[in-house]
Amino acid sequence: MKNWLKWLSVVLLVYTCTAGLLMDVPRLSIVNETVRALYFHVPMWFGMVFLFLTSTVYAIRYLRSSDATHDIRSVEFANVGIIYGILGILTGMVWANYTWGSPWHGDPKQNGAAVALLVYLAYFVLRGSLSSEEQRARLGAVYNIFAFAAMIPLIFILPRLSSSVHPGSGGNPGFNMYDLDGRMRLVFYPAVIGWILVGYWIAQLRIRLQNLADNQPNNSNQ
Amino acid sequence: MGLQAGNLSPQTWSALFWIILLFSSFGIVGKSFLGEKKGVLFYYHSLVSPGQLILAKILYATLLTGLLSLAGLLIFITLLGNPIADTGLFLACLLLGASGFGTSLTLISAIAARAGNSGVLMAVLGFPVVLSILVLCIRVTKHAIDGLGWEAGNDELLSLLAISGISGAASYLLFPYIWRS
Repeated sequence: MKNWLKWLSVVLLVYTCTAGLLMDVPRLSIVNETVRALYFHVPMWFGMVFLFLTSTVYAIRYLRSSDATHDIRSVEFANVGIIYGILGILTGMVWANYTWGSPWHGDPKQNGAAVALLVYLAYFVLRGSLSSEEQRARLGAVYNIFAFAAMIPLIFILPRLSSSVHPGSGGNPGFNMYDLDGRMRLVFYPAVIGWILVGYWIAQLRIRLQNLADNQPNNSNQ
Repeated sequence: MGLQAGNLSPQTWSALFWIILLFSSFGIVGKSFLGEKKGVLFYYHSLVSPGQLILAKILYATLLTGLLSLAGLLIFITLLGNPIADTGLFLACLLLGASGFGTSLTLISAIAARAGNSGVLMAVLGFPVVLSILVLCIRVTKHAIDGLGWEAGNDELLSLLAISGISGAASYLLFPYIWRS
């Protein structure tokens, strides 16, 4: 990863945290100050989809080349993607606690997100149950691609078909309304880029760590 | 017990029906690779290309699940009564759901069979994948029970078709990599 990208992510996130918490936001009934969740909750999903997509791309590249480094990349991107997904659900629950009255509302979006995470947890169960390294990589890559295809209806199609109280669907104010407010857009877009970059950075670090561990000559538990 | 006796609501009827169908389709589609002996697999390997094999397996699984769901429907109607107001819509949903289960579970079955350990992995891998199909089917069933007509279920049926198409295409492309060893 290029150094300037790392610096950019640090600068953007420092800006997100300070401006996101201190700058003025529009006064909306019920939502009030929790509208600031837009800077922390929504970028998590953007980041998760980006990370899972990258993971899938590396899974495809692994299947085409059988190069183990692609497999390591695919796994680590999925790992960080899951962390982003969990953080997304947790931040969403904090927000829901204040606006909907309870952390878990059984909303289609919440359920879809939880099941999407289950898909990727199953991916790690599959990898864990295979002993041969080559087979683990190959079957894992196949399931990874298949899981991404199965996840699309869960988080993009199903919530849109059903009525939901989540912002942005069912007539609730969502992006479009917030986007009209230039002040929020000023923080939101940098936040999305910053969180995606930081996810990419973490994944890169984990990939380097994994590569080092694999290449260690006297490592008996590999 | 049953709808006639009044102690079973249509919602419970549809939930029971789909849960039973979910478990039985896991059972029968899971068998499509888990049940095969090693010799039979070698025989297939020498006989057909992997693409042909997975398409045949998907077709077989879809037909079998479809037949099973029709049989299940018949038994449900005789034993528990018939709350379905719009039969055509419900049958379309049944067939599309069967094809969805068949296509997405066949590849999962192949993966689970490769991984060696049984139905547990099949359930863990398959459940989140078929959950979206299940949700869509239950929603169409509700429309069919309420008799809202084709208009109401259009979006869901199209999505079911799209899911079957996507997972069928993904299976066709990915299966050769499972088959190779």
